[in-house]
Amino acid sequence: MRIFFHIGRYFLMINYTFTKFTKWSVLKKLIIQEIDDLIIGSIWIVAFMSFLVGGVVAIQTALNIESPFLPGNLIGFATRQSVVLEFAPTLISIIMAGKVGSFITSSIGTMRVTEQIDALEVMGVNSFNYLIFPKIISLLLYPFLITLAMFLGILGGYVCSVYAGFSTSFDFIQGIQLDFKVFHVVYAYIKTILFAFILATIPSYHGFFMKGGALEVGKASNISFVWTSIVIIIINFVVTQLLLS
Amino acid sequence: MIKVNNISKSFVNTQVISNISATFEKGKTNLIIGQSGSGKTVLMKCLLGLYDVDNGEIFFDEKKYDKDNISNMSNLRKQIGMVFQGSALFDSMTVLDNIMFPLRMFSSKSESDMISRAKEVIKRVDLKDSDDKYPSEISGGMKKRVAIARAIVLNPKYLFCDEPNSGLDPKTAIIIDKLIQEITVEYNITTIINTHDMNSVMEIGDKIIFLVEGKKIWEGNNQEILNTDDKLINDFVYSSEIFKKVKLSQKKKS
Repeated sequence: MRIFFHIGRYFLMINYTFTKFTKWSVLKKLIIQEIDDLIIGSIWIVAFMSFLVGGVVAIQTALNIESPFLPGNLIGFATRQSVVLEFAPTLISIIMAGKVGSFITSSIGTMRVTEQIDALEVMGVNSFNYLIFPKIISLLLYPFLITLAMFLGILGGYVCSVYAGFSTSFDFIQGIQLDFKVFHVVYAYIKTILFAFILATIPSYHGFFMKGGALEVGKASNISFVWTSIVIIIINFVVTQLLLS
Repeated sequence: MIKVNNISKSFVNTQVISNISATFEKGKTNLIIGQSGSGKTVLMKCLLGLYDVDNGEIFFDEKKYDKDNISNMSNLRKQIGMVFQGSALFDSMTVLDNIMFPLRMFSSKSESDMISRAKEVIKRVDLKDSDDKYPSEISGGMKKRVAIARAIVLNPKYLFCDEPNSGLDPKTAIIIDKLIQEITVEYNITTIINTHDMNSVMEIGDKIIFLVEGKKIWEGNNQEILNTDDKLINDFVYSSEIFKKVKLSQKKKS
C-alpha cells in the first residue's frame, strides 16, 4: 500500500513544480546550466553507445540470416527498425536513467542532506519549482539526443555490416529506405518526450524526499535508477500497445 | 518580537514539544537551550513554518502566523533570515552568489545595486578575499560568516540561528556569537538561537529559554542562569568542569 503513498506524493510534487514560479532571470540561468549538465554532458556517452550497439544489431542480424532466399537489404531494414523503434528511445533512456537520473537524485539528495533545500524553503522559494522545473525544461531537448542516437545507431550498423563484409553499401541503404513509415518515427518521439519527463521527475522525487545522510544519498540514487527504469519499461509497453498494435 | 502561545508538536506517537509559551524579544539574542533531543530544533522549525504545530498560536509582531494565508506567508518569509547548523550554503555558487541569492530572488534592484549591497554585508561580517571562492574552498568559520551575510542581506526583522557555532574552535565560536549579537542590536532584529553551548549562553544570552523533554522549564538571562537553584538547570549548566570551577569560585567569594 506504501506505493500509493509514493504515487500520490509524486503527483503532488509535479503539481507544486508548476506553481509559484521562480523569477525568470534566475530560472533562465538554471535552465542553461541544466541543459549543459543533462543534455550536452550526455552527448558523448549516447554517441558512443549508439554507434556500437547499432553495429552489433547489424552484425547479429547478418549472422542469424542463413537462408539464401532472404533479401540482402534485410540487414539495413532490421537495423533501422531496431534502432528507431526500440534501441534509440528505450535503451538510451534506460542508460540515461543511470547517468542523468543518478546525477539528479544525488545532487538534489545532497542538497536535502546539507539543508540547502530547507534554506530555500525558509527564504520563501518554491524549492520544487526552483529545482525540478529547469530539469523538465532542459530535458525537452532530449529528442535531440535520441535523434543523434538514431542517426549514429544506423551509421554504426552501416559501417559494421559494409566494412565487415556482411552487406553491400547499396543493399544496406536500400534496406534503410525499405517500407519506411513516418509514424514509426512519430511513435519513437512520443515515447521520447514521455521518457524525458520521467527522467526529470522520478529521480528528482527520490532526491527530494530522501532522509538520512551520505549513505542514503547513494541508496536513493540506486532506488531512483531502478524505479525510473521500471516506469520507462511500463510506459514503453503501454505506448507500444496503444500506438502500434 | 515573536510570541508563541501553548504550542505543541508530535510525530506519530511521540510528543516532541508540549505547550510551550514564550516571548522572543526584539533587539535581543534569545537563546533556546537544552540537551540534545529536548525539542530545540523542532521548536525552531515550528517557528519557521517548516513544521505545522498541532495546537497553539505564533505571532510575529502581533500578526498571527497563518500558514494558509499564502501572501502573508510569502511576505513573512522575506523578513526571516536563517543561519543553519551546517551553514547550508549552495555548493554550486560562489560566496558572492550565495550572498546575492536572496537579492536575486526577491529584490527588484539592478545588478550593480545588488552587488554593492552584497559587498556591504560582506564587509559587515568581515569576510576578506573570498568573493569568488566556492563554499568547499573556505573554512568553517568563514562559511558561518557567509551564512550570516546571506541571512541579513535583505534586512530581515527576524534572524534564526541553529547552533551557529557548532564545529568551530572556541575562539572562532565566540567571534561568531559576538557577530550575531552585534548584528542583532545594530539592525534591531529579533534573533533566536538554538544552542547547547554554555559559552554562547554566557556570552550572548540576553534571554534564555531552557527546554527539557519538550517542555519549557525555565526562562531568564545569562546572569540568572548561574544563580538559579533549579536542579535540572544546574545539572545542564554545571556539567562541564570549567563551569563547576566557576561556581566554586563564586561560592568562595560570597
